[in-house]
Amino acid sequence: MDVKIGVLALQGNVSEHIDAFVLALDNLGCGSSSDVVTVRHPADLEGCHALALPGGESTTISRLIDKNHLYEPIRNFSGGIFATCAGMVLIATHVDDARINTLNLIDITVDRNAFGRQRESFETDLPIDSLDGGPFHAIFIRAPVVTHAGPGVTVLSRLDQGIVAVEQGKHMALSFHPELGGDTRLHERFLKKNGI
Amino acid sequence: MKLEELRFGTELLKRGFASMQKGGVIMDVVNAEQAKIAEEAGAVAVMSLERVPSDIRKMGGVARMADPEKVIEIIEAVSIPVMGKVRIGHFVEAQVLEVLGVDMIDESEVLTPADEQYHIDKKLFKVPFVCGARDLGEALRRINEGAAMIRTKGEAGTGNVVEAVRHMRNIMGEIRMLKGMDKQEMTDYARDIEAPAELVIECAERGRLPVVNFSAGGIATPSDAAMMMQLGADGVFVGSGIFKSTNPELMAKAIVEAVNHFNEPEVIARVSRGLGDAMPGLDIHTLREDEVLQTRGR
Repeated sequence: MDVKIGVLALQGNVSEHIDAFVLALDNLGCGSSSDVVTVRHPADLEGCHALALPGGESTTISRLIDKNHLYEPIRNFSGGIFATCAGMVLIATHVDDARINTLNLIDITVDRNAFGRQRESFETDLPIDSLDGGPFHAIFIRAPVVTHAGPGVTVLSRLDQGIVAVEQGKHMALSFHPELGGDTRLHERFLKKNGI
Repeated sequence: MKLEELRFGTELLKRGFASMQKGGVIMDVVNAEQAKIAEEAGAVAVMSLERVPSDIRKMGGVARMADPEKVIEIIEAVSIPVMGKVRIGHFVEAQVLEVLGVDMIDESEVLTPADEQYHIDKKLFKVPFVCGARDLGEALRRINEGAAMIRTKGEAGTGNVVEAVRHMRNIMGEIRMLKGMDKQEMTDYARDIEAPAELVIECAERGRLPVVNFSAGGIATPSDAAMMMQLGADGVFVGSGIFKSTNPELMAKAIVEAVNHFNEPEVIARVSRGLGDAMPGLDIHTLREDEVLQTRGR
């Protein structure tokens, strides 16, 4: 099967996600029959099996999604969505900031910058439900948390401040940055859930 | 979760924060109202300061860190990251900005240097730093001191992009040149440019700086910003260019769109229409030696 993964490339940590997906696809044995592409316009989504919403500034990315006419195409995207940090804010149903036009794809309420400012950003070894190979070294940068998850949402991990990893259907959302640590287990788990 | 299991202020967190700014526009603001305009226009962060560089030029005298009152006012006005400038080598101004909660510190030649020998030892801080550079050697010296982001110095407050172009071409050109060298030649080159050899080798391997590389210093129009992106910048800082133009809201939005679509001239053409006047510009050749900011700190 030829696999095509899209990475939303409007602003933020795009190239790191591309590298992580290339590595994850290699590890799953479909490196040679797969492609990871940037998504900037609605036409770029054609043929994509899954999409990543990377970290960056959620207010900026939300604005650019609207400007580039990507809101409806992403909302109606048939594949799974891998949403990290700002991506988690965008994919939610509710967020504590009216300027962000959320995609309502995972039934969660998200609090932005829940840990504080950059000086409160941290790294930690995070236990994640049913992830083989031990805790995941997670990088939290001005990270959001989930303060409420609907009944259809599976909580994968939480800290004192709130939930930091969830799955719903084909989608996955993380408060932290799995693309920064060199560990592709979560990228691989997401790909497998999407039949890749 | 126990507190000792969390690690703060690591190199990865600092560089990671800088990486989140990629593809974005960071705008100079002097009060809460301007900060809100910048955020509304799609800025990824704001740089809080007392005066924009073109006014610092006019004022003369010693330019220092902004009043903490002003920094707090800006921090409270927006949800995007807030950066702040300190004088080159002034580690106590940096300590103060860190305590105030600034997300990134710019050790900036736009302010009057406090130390003509040493830059700040940036590894001692939990917050990340951005520093200006004119060439690869300068960039790598700053990274070696702990800078998590590099920006071209350009010539701030002139509305003239020529120096930013020169500095970006220097850095990108030197990295391209490394590709043809063997390890011994690189070590020799590192000595010539007064940079650590291991960082020179890392640049050659990656084909880029080991940290995010923005452009700053003279960007005044959407075309200027897109040009810097096409030359290889990861994002841009716009200083006086927004709030010294006749229509800051429109200019801010247009520059954000131009950076987002830097390879699409039809978009740049559309957003550049009817913006009013850009900031007044200065010919670099008319500056006296003591008016040139980019030679501060090396």
